[in-house]
Amino acid sequence: MTTSKAPAKKLSLKENYALLTRDLGWKPSYQTEDTLFPAVKFEGIKIHDWDKWEDPFRLTMDAYWKYQGEKERKLYAIIDAFQQNNGQFNVSDARYLQALKLFINGVIGLEYSAHRGFNIVGREFPGVGTRIAAQMQAIDELRHAQTQIHALSHYNKYFAGMAEFPHQFDRAWYLSIPKSFFEDAITSGPFEYIIAICFSFEYVLTNLVFMPWMSGAAYNGDMSTVSFGFSAQSDEARHMTLGIEVIKFLLEQDPANVPIVQGWIDKWFWRGYRLLTLIAAMMDYMLPKRVMSWSEAWDIYFEQNGGALFADLARYGIRMPKHWEVTVKEKGHVSHQLWSTFYQFRHAAGFPVWLPTPEEMDWMSLKYPDTFDKYYRPRYEHWAELERQGKPFVNATLPQLCQTCQWPLLFTEADDPTEICYREGSYLGEKFHFCSDGCKDIFSKEPEKFVHAHLPVHQIYQGNYFNADVNPTAPDFNPLVEALKYMGINPGVDGGDFAGHIDAVNWELWTKRPANMHAPTTTDTAPERKSA
Amino acid sequence: MSVNAIRPGYHGDMKDTVDKFHGNQLINIGWDKHLMYATPVCIPVPPQMPFGALLQQVLPTIYGQHPDFEKIDWSVAIWSLGGEPFTPALDKSIADNGITHKASMRLRTPGLDGLAGVGF
Amino acid sequence: MSHSTQPVFIALQANNDTMPIVEAILADNPLAIAHEYPAMVKIDAPGRLVVKRESVEERLGREFDLRELQVNLISLSGSLDETEDEFILQWNAA
Repeated sequence: MTTSKAPAKKLSLKENYALLTRDLGWKPSYQTEDTLFPAVKFEGIKIHDWDKWEDPFRLTMDAYWKYQGEKERKLYAIIDAFQQNNGQFNVSDARYLQALKLFINGVIGLEYSAHRGFNIVGREFPGVGTRIAAQMQAIDELRHAQTQIHALSHYNKYFAGMAEFPHQFDRAWYLSIPKSFFEDAITSGPFEYIIAICFSFEYVLTNLVFMPWMSGAAYNGDMSTVSFGFSAQSDEARHMTLGIEVIKFLLEQDPANVPIVQGWIDKWFWRGYRLLTLIAAMMDYMLPKRVMSWSEAWDIYFEQNGGALFADLARYGIRMPKHWEVTVKEKGHVSHQLWSTFYQFRHAAGFPVWLPTPEEMDWMSLKYPDTFDKYYRPRYEHWAELERQGKPFVNATLPQLCQTCQWPLLFTEADDPTEICYREGSYLGEKFHFCSDGCKDIFSKEPEKFVHAHLPVHQIYQGNYFNADVNPTAPDFNPLVEALKYMGINPGVDGGDFAGHIDAVNWELWTKRPANMHAPTTTDTAPERKSA
Repeated sequence: MSVNAIRPGYHGDMKDTVDKFHGNQLINIGWDKHLMYATPVCIPVPPQMPFGALLQQVLPTIYGQHPDFEKIDWSVAIWSLGGEPFTPALDKSIADNGITHKASMRLRTPGLDGLAGVGF
Repeated sequence: MSHSTQPVFIALQANNDTMPIVEAILADNPLAIAHEYPAMVKIDAPGRLVVKRESVEERLGREFDLRELQVNLISLSGSLDETEDEFILQWNAA
């Protein structure tokens, strides 16, 4: 009889985690901690014990690769099926595709910036648990950039305005808003970065990006984006727990951290909120089959969920973010104000724009009972009448931009939606302008950082916005046309009116369905594919 | 307040100083209660341009499509500059009117308060 | 520490893999309510929500590692605590 050895006891989740994370760290013996980690003190944050960092998910690399690999296999199987079955033609109508252009040109760059940011903090933090979480998130964010590109690239074979997403992200006038948001974050110190992105963006505000957008994709038949979104969102759940863990860790380490963290919450809540104006307009105007209004989403995901969160943080001495009341007052307005802006600058956009139909305006009357019929229906009806008369309204100049968030000054006073909100400041003899108290506050605390913001409108007027092979002294040099090309926008093709746009024309030729399901027209010419 | 930077004395370079605009300066103009123009505009102008030329030649290209524009009586239009009341001298240049680079100007035309009763 | 009754939630992809998980959650959390959205199910509960491995296994018919939730998880709110047996979301009152 042989003695059988009892099987080795399986490591508990906690033990496995400790071995594969904490125990991989070490105390430096021939360099000081300060030499190895030079960025962790200058922000004034005090950490007494990095081992107090509690990793909520206790994810180790073996589980990470296993489950991420499973998600990738599932996702790419769906993307294959989508492409093989001409899924691009199953979306509700060709206007929905324009929302995808905001996504490909505006969001992929953010994911890549986040990848860089987490690589940076993954090196800068002394705590092992934090560094491993940051490393995993760095890989997650790169995965998101890659999977978004793959999920959306198929549409690029058929529709305009998607092929130049890196250039558009870097240069387009309305995409400096997301770009500057992340560049502000990754040029901050590691603690500010982690509060800005992990807590303020990935916890407080993330639901407002992914939940409505992915539900919108599902409602509108976009199998590729839905699948990407849900595949990424499970990563986001880990990111969110990192965010809530980080904030509690910092607040529990030292009371001196509380006012510093509060200041960052105030700044990044406001910057993130302003960034989300793009989502507001997308939800209310660009989804042919609408899920919910921006106003409803803000109520659920900020006023209620965010309210619960800050109630929980009150025991640390953290309060609601500054100017949060403004966001509630504005929720009946911002989407309409942005769509009005895109409409009048549509010739300079990377996507076509359209006016809402009577049926769509009725939905908005229902969702915005206090604001839409009074302030915004008259605009659209007036502009529709001008279109019918063959005198479509266009704003032929460039807008004034906010120095901090880089939006045009399209927002109105919180208590008076008939007055643009103007705020002005002066620094070292120069004037600076802001869309809100929130943005002015941010600038005032760090003017040295914001004075070299790259504002596209100013860059155009400095004559910097043309490609290297263009001669600005040539007699036929057209600065606005060249600026569009520099931004990665095809002049006269990518933007303009939706009716008659190449996407609308091709959509009807290829699918025999209306390009605009709320305003159907018929065409009966032969199909042609967009040239490469 | 000042930015907290890892390198003491950090300061970004001013990106939009007037010397970068090829002899022009920037001015920002908004027409209150005329939200058909969803944002105030930013335009480059020569500092020596007479203010009157701004009214006669430039503003029509910007605001001409609004039904109120042709009815404006410039002699009673109300201006503010940087939030303060301002009375422009039409025969003086932009610069001589004290309108410096990146100034923000607002125009109000009482009696002409936009469409639909909501400043559109 | 007493529990707050502020809402916590877990949102999962609506698919064949998550149906038994949703059933388990609703069985173990009497005050939880499931809301169905396109492609997603969101389960809200006041103050505390627990996913029990054993309850899932009973309904799934095979062994289940709670870390598998990663594959179909969309979003959650509440502080997270995780062991081999339970995945708990809750808010702690001050």
